[in-house]
Amino acid sequence: MTDGKIRVLIAKPGLDGHDRGAKVIARALRDAGMEVIYTGLRQTPEMIAEAALQEDVQVVGLSILSGAHLALIPRIIEQVRAAGLDDVLLLVGGIIPDGDIPTLLAQGVSAVFGPGTHTDDIVRFIRTALATPSA
Amino acid sequence: MTPARASADLIAPVLSGDRRALARLITRVENRAPDALEALARLHPHTGRATLIGVTGAPGTGKSTLVNALALALRQRGQTVGIVAVDPTSPFSGGAVLGDRVRMTDLAGDGGVFIRSMASRGSLGGLAAATGDVARVLDAAGFAVVLIETVGAGQSEVDIARMAHTTVVVDAPGLGDDVQAIKAGILEIADILVVNKADRPGAQNTVRALRAMLELGHRLRNTGHHGAGLLPAPPESLTADTWTVPVIETVATEHTGIADVLAALDQHRAHLHSSGEIAGRERQRVEAELLARLREALLARLLAAHDPATLAETVRRVVARELDPASAVRALVAAACGDSDASPG
Repeated sequence: MTDGKIRVLIAKPGLDGHDRGAKVIARALRDAGMEVIYTGLRQTPEMIAEAALQEDVQVVGLSILSGAHLALIPRIIEQVRAAGLDDVLLLVGGIIPDGDIPTLLAQGVSAVFGPGTHTDDIVRFIRTALATPSA
Repeated sequence: MTPARASADLIAPVLSGDRRALARLITRVENRAPDALEALARLHPHTGRATLIGVTGAPGTGKSTLVNALALALRQRGQTVGIVAVDPTSPFSGGAVLGDRVRMTDLAGDGGVFIRSMASRGSLGGLAAATGDVARVLDAAGFAVVLIETVGAGQSEVDIARMAHTTVVVDAPGLGDDVQAIKAGILEIADILVVNKADRPGAQNTVRALRAMLELGHRLRNTGHHGAGLLPAPPESLTADTWTVPVIETVATEHTGIADVLAALDQHRAHLHSSGEIAGRERQRVEAELLARLREALLARLLAAHDPATLAETVRRVVARELDPASAVRALVAAACGDSDASPG
């Protein structure tokens, strides 16, 4: 009974209104036994960092389809670090050009998952990175 | 990963308002970490100041939206608000999607609000086993009001009534006729009834059905919610200062009617004190908590006393109709407790 569940925040920063991908991921992580806090559309970097802090999540998953990732991600990372959440795993999904991936990784993103990624791969990545036995 | 801080190290920061420490301690309490019990014991003297308000009702009635609106209104009059929002855990995967924050974005950026989502983790009464402890941590952290939102509740998820000072049951138009309203269960635990989405067709019918239900009978408050309490209930005086359950119409998305709910919450709080009922409720709450903790502790000890192969073999025998479930349980309990009456059947 003392085993913690993996807690994941799924958020959509910025202004694009398509959250199907985020919901698919939320559902897949739920089915993998994780607790997913779903925060919905149009989240500001401040809101994301605040929710991650209050919910004490180990993972923050961001879905961005708008093309604004290079502008949004550094601000989100800045807010998350300012909240003292240094050990949070930051994952990005959505429409991210291959050429931008190294930049995002250099900024502190742990992994980028584009369209077509198998949800099992995301589950495996999270479990490996957290080195937590399957929930 | 930095190593998790021990619960004891988190106590002082929690008491001084450190939100990160608060979040971390809640996780340890929720995970039933062994050292969290000690932390809770040390926080206990700092608890008892917050007003605990439960919000329950069927899925889709607007509980989260109402909690959002209530929290905003409480903030406007200067009270700090802790929120615990419970959503169900999947019985198949053990995972959960906790979506209550989606309706609470109005509260973002306010340091006087702390929202925590909880998965029910297998509990069936509408709350998680640790919800009461998490509410207590928020109480100790100094929040003036703690709003506890249950899972979308059906007719039997009534644990919240034992935890909260005031229970708000949220209904919405179109969910059932007046026979639903006289059934036992969730409507009986309401101190305040809210008909949300009151701008929808049929709202007046719902209000009327609830009022008619209330007129049919006087509530029996001091009976145990599962039919039996730990202690015999003291006789209740029906002539004393009795509470009349109000039915309040709201449109939570528009913040309509929220002031009326707040006024009713204040009136109920005043009633609890003037009637002396607050002491009875506290006794019931402690009694229910002791029972729940006993159940949890005894089950853990009982399961630990049997090796998994014995349990698997018992399941096999019941499936094969060699043994009935009641006799199997009697044998398992007797064996674990060292009773002589260990023979099944």
